[in-house]
Amino acid sequence: MTERSESSAMPKPRHALLTGWGRYPLSESDIYRPEKIAELHAVVTADATSLIARGAGRAYGDAALNDQNRVVDLTRLNRMLSFDADTGILRCEAGVTIAELIDVFLPRGFFPPVTPGTRFVTLGGSIAADVHGKNHHRDSSLASHVTSFDLMIASGEVLRCSREENAELFRATVGGMGLTGVILELELRMRRVESAYLDGELIRAGNIDAAIEAFERADAEWGYSVAWIDCASRMGALGRSVLNVGNFATLDRLPRNLAQNPLGTIPRLSPMVPFDLPGFALNRLTVKAFNAVYYALHRQTAAHTIFDYEGFFYPLDSIRNWNRIYGKRGFVQYQCVWPPDESRAGLVEVLEAISRSGRGSFLAVLKKFGAQDGLLSFPMPGYTLALDFPMTEGLLEFLDSIDAMVLKRGGRVYLAKDARLSAETFRAMYPNLAKWQAAKAAADPDNRFSSSLSRRLGMCPA
Amino acid sequence: MTKVLILGATSPIARALALRFASDGARLYLAARDGDEVRRVAEDVSVRAGATALSGTFDASDFASHDEFIRHAAGQLGGLDGVVVCFGTLGDEDAAQTDPGAALATINQNFTGAVSLITLAARHLEQQLSGFIIVIGSVAGERGRARNYVYGSAKGALAIFAQGLRGRLAASGVHVMTVKLGTVDTRMTWGREGALLTIAPAKAADLIYAAYRRRAEVVYTPWFWRFIMGAIRLIPESRFKRLSF
Repeated sequence: MTERSESSAMPKPRHALLTGWGRYPLSESDIYRPEKIAELHAVVTADATSLIARGAGRAYGDAALNDQNRVVDLTRLNRMLSFDADTGILRCEAGVTIAELIDVFLPRGFFPPVTPGTRFVTLGGSIAADVHGKNHHRDSSLASHVTSFDLMIASGEVLRCSREENAELFRATVGGMGLTGVILELELRMRRVESAYLDGELIRAGNIDAAIEAFERADAEWGYSVAWIDCASRMGALGRSVLNVGNFATLDRLPRNLAQNPLGTIPRLSPMVPFDLPGFALNRLTVKAFNAVYYALHRQTAAHTIFDYEGFFYPLDSIRNWNRIYGKRGFVQYQCVWPPDESRAGLVEVLEAISRSGRGSFLAVLKKFGAQDGLLSFPMPGYTLALDFPMTEGLLEFLDSIDAMVLKRGGRVYLAKDARLSAETFRAMYPNLAKWQAAKAAADPDNRFSSSLSRRLGMCPA
Repeated sequence: MTKVLILGATSPIARALALRFASDGARLYLAARDGDEVRRVAEDVSVRAGATALSGTFDASDFASHDEFIRHAAGQLGGLDGVVVCFGTLGDEDAAQTDPGAALATINQNFTGAVSLITLAARHLEQQLSGFIIVIGSVAGERGRARNYVYGSAKGALAIFAQGLRGRLAASGVHVMTVKLGTVDTRMTWGREGALLTIAPAKAADLIYAAYRRRAEVVYTPWFWRFIMGAIRLIPESRFKRLSF
């Protein structure tokens, strides 16, 4: 009476269309959403067809897509298992999101050690994409604060991976885009903070040289730094930027009204984009106007400000479904990085190309990176530029020409945002690919874990 | 401190409900069939609510074990103020249509197991003249449908059982609440066509908890299912039997 058949552990799939956050490209998959570890195990070992894990679906392109194959959604495996307030070490399942970490731990004086520009990502996805934040120059990526994780490999076996144990698999999984297996649970060191506020500055820089100089100066003093950059600017104003820098505010730095409840913030209403905007809503003129107004709003060259953490880290999270502003056709994100000695020349070259092309990027972000250790990690010391472009005719060819400029200077493109890089360029950009492939083959000899991205980039030769 | 036993605690709704109780300061014993899973849920509730939740296993269809189990849980909790019955399974409806063993397994998982456990827990509560029993039923128990009538009959029977129990325990001050749950976004509805009006488990838990706080007796979750089921009950049988849903 109490026996359970194998089939009861195997959840039913939902057959559906799926995209990344950029809403391009579109794919069709059988999607499983296990609620128990045994169900996940059943999905992983059920048959040999291709499978990829998906977290919150915030990768922009096709990293968590598996067209005509299987996808396993990890969002229901999001249990927090233990927390030690003395060390700040949290053990939790991989479906836990950054937003959940903040909700649970900020009131207790802890914040995620690193956060990307949205808090609606899972920790498993963050490790797989080796995501960075505004503190990368100082604190490296989120995975650098992960002491270990448990990985379910294709055989169904669960391996503990850390820098000491299964170290090569650890390095292949950090930034490995989910292709080594499914991250089940992990141990993360949270950061202690005194308040939910950041004490910082907005620094206006009139052109790219002033922006780089401001970063070099700011990065010694400020733990977090990022710049909005005006892609529509030209000539002497090319690369004009507003830098946003800060540190978590200590109690003595808070104004009295905030110091009374330093770890609480006022919940805000989050507006939504209720429908897809028509394709013409974002065009060359509106983008140019937006950028000019934004720049003009920050008149002073440096202004001291107290930011709440939401406004500082997640300006776009305040508009749910912001990806709809690009309309039905979707958009493509493009993020690249150059080594330090090529950064300035690379930035000028790409900004000039964008300016010439008239393809405005509504949101363009500049940031300085530090060191990184995953085999396929995107960050490397140098400057990174993130752009988004509405999906229009000729865009893919234009981005191919940008790829060539980036590659020529020893730079690379971020896979978590990519939807269109060629296999050839990818191989040239990621020099540790062969090492990664060896580690991948050891854990997944039959190449069960693959995705639309891995096939497009030829990451796992058959 | 309210001492609450949650049966079937690994379901997403039960998990969210446990967090509501724990955040309000209740002491919890979470029970389910799968020991490792229920331990994970208890750890999750403990970390999120900042207070330890206990956990253990039980088997709804192993009737002989129920008395000992209820005593054990109450002992661990240091008393018992409330029971939440969340367990249940759709089972294999296709098999249940032709195989009596499968049909009875579904009935035991959803009805007879609950009757046994609730009866034992009710004894505790009746003696202390206070407490509550929350029974999570389903709108599937409102009318037998060709697709899931075995499950539906068990949930319907459970609602009638709870109704009678509510009457009997009224004099003892024990509150019995029946929840008639609509479609919730869980394993049960994932991948099913036309699962319209589906709500998130956390939303369902919020609604159930709010109903418990106001001591509701029979509550449709969400409320509009009262009207949907009202309309469905009005369809003449001769026509209803030909509907394919």
